[in-house]
Amino acid sequence: MGFNWGFIVKFLPNYAAAVALTVKLAVLGVSLSAVVGAVCGLVLYFKVKVVRTIVRGYIELSRNTPLVIQLFFLYYGIPKLGLKLSGEACAIIGLAFLGGGYMAEAFRGGLESVSEAQLESGLSVGLNAWQMTRFVILPQALSVAAPALGANCVFLIKETSVVSVIAIQDVMSLTKELIGMYYNTYETLAILVLCYSLILIPVSLAFSLIERRLRHAEFGD
Amino acid sequence: MGILARGDDSVEILKIKGLKKTYGGKTVINGVDLTISRGEVAVVLGPSGCGKTTLLKCVNGLESHQGGVILFNGQPLGEGGLKWTLARQKIGMVFQSYDLFPHMTVLSNVMLGPLRAQKRAKDEVYAQALELLDRVGLSDRRDDYPRQLSGGQKQRIAIVRALCMNPELMLFDEVTASLDPEMVREVLDVMMGLAKRGMTMLIVTHEMEFAKAAADRIIFMDEGVIAEESEAGDFFKSPRTERAKRFLNTFYFD
Ligand SMILES: Nc1ncnc2c1ncn2[C@@H]1O[C@H](COP(=O)(O)OP(=O)(O)OP(=O)(O)O)[C@@H](O)[C@H]1O
Ligand SMILES: [Mg+2]
Repeated sequence: MGFNWGFIVKFLPNYAAAVALTVKLAVLGVSLSAVVGAVCGLVLYFKVKVVRTIVRGYIELSRNTPLVIQLFFLYYGIPKLGLKLSGEACAIIGLAFLGGGYMAEAFRGGLESVSEAQLESGLSVGLNAWQMTRFVILPQALSVAAPALGANCVFLIKETSVVSVIAIQDVMSLTKELIGMYYNTYETLAILVLCYSLILIPVSLAFSLIERRLRHAEFGD
Repeated sequence: MGILARGDDSVEILKIKGLKKTYGGKTVINGVDLTISRGEVAVVLGPSGCGKTTLLKCVNGLESHQGGVILFNGQPLGEGGLKWTLARQKIGMVFQSYDLFPHMTVLSNVMLGPLRAQKRAKDEVYAQALELLDRVGLSDRRDDYPRQLSGGQKQRIAIVRALCMNPELMLFDEVTASLDPEMVREVLDVMMGLAKRGMTMLIVTHEMEFAKAAADRIIFMDEGVIAEESEAGDFFKSPRTERAKRFLNTFYFD
């Protein structure tokens, strides 16, 4: 069984477009989930009344339902309520919904790791709540949360492979389609692995670099 | 008369009346009255758990209190009075474990409060920070991070961080208790220098020789109350209460 290079070359443009879409979904999904997670993490940390209960419910829901179900709900359920979302919009919202819950927990963990002594120290020089958050709490919380945040990014990028269920032409759905049409399982799967590695390995490397720099600033090791 | 009355107020920089503090059901400060005059050095002594730290933290609002009032220059602090964020700009505090901000250089640590809380001009704050660092012999460490410094150096920086706010009153909570013996002296010398310059200080310490040398007045606490309050000389020579005698005896061997 030889490796069919001609097949690969022929569909390279399709793969390029699919990778571009996957990257777009990943970038938007991860960014949005980071925003959702940061807001929810702060709500939990500052114990904002009422909102905090809603946030807790959201986190449980997002972390304990599969992304496929969340996507089906957005793509097939929401239109019944009169709001039609494009496949891409559903994919991005779905990723943000799922990722927001995980990111919130990572942020909360980082925030809660900042010691009581550090808080008293900041307060003792007259800082107000906003200044405390900006200059004392967040910088220290982020360097503690960085590994978890990085792991969540990688996890979410992998989860983009699930969006093929709602008829979007990402790398995963292109692969399935090509296998269905040409039975070149060997080649298509090889490219699939290659595509995700191309996206994920640089992300992982970037995060370990960022982590090391953050730790260096704080602890010098 | 009005002018005279105000003049009297400014002599009494801190006045605590009937202070009560409870944790859950447990009373840890049980009716403390205390007046500190401008320029005075008052040292708080007492056995572990008697409420010394709690008292200091009530003064700058790091702990809430459940009864009594705290007046600063005649003005009540906290709810309904001077806001804590403003009060803390005039009441500096130094802690046992230094608690410098680990992610900031020495200079940033010192300048954070003046720049952000007090919103002062950068040039002016920078000049003052360098002058104060120079006074404690650490201006060459201005760009270092706390982790690069010894305990004694960190504590001197923590004192500078509080001083750079131009406080009218300084609170010290066992600031040498975590230090190796050879570093205790460098920190106490800085505090002694402050006393000589007329800084008003409320100091919790277990350094008896320092207390003898620096204090104008000793406040001896036990079980949440002030058990004895005397001139420093009198207290060490002839403590009036049994409890104070027993406490002082724990520091000597025979
Ligand atoms: N956060 C807290 N919750 C409950 N109890 C507390 C808390 N902080 C202090 N206490 C109690 O209050 C009492 C006074 O504590 P405080 O720390 O003021 O004592 P201290 O005189 O500073 O003692 P030390 O010399 O050991 O520092 C102690 O009995 C302590 O157990
Ligand atoms: Mg204490």
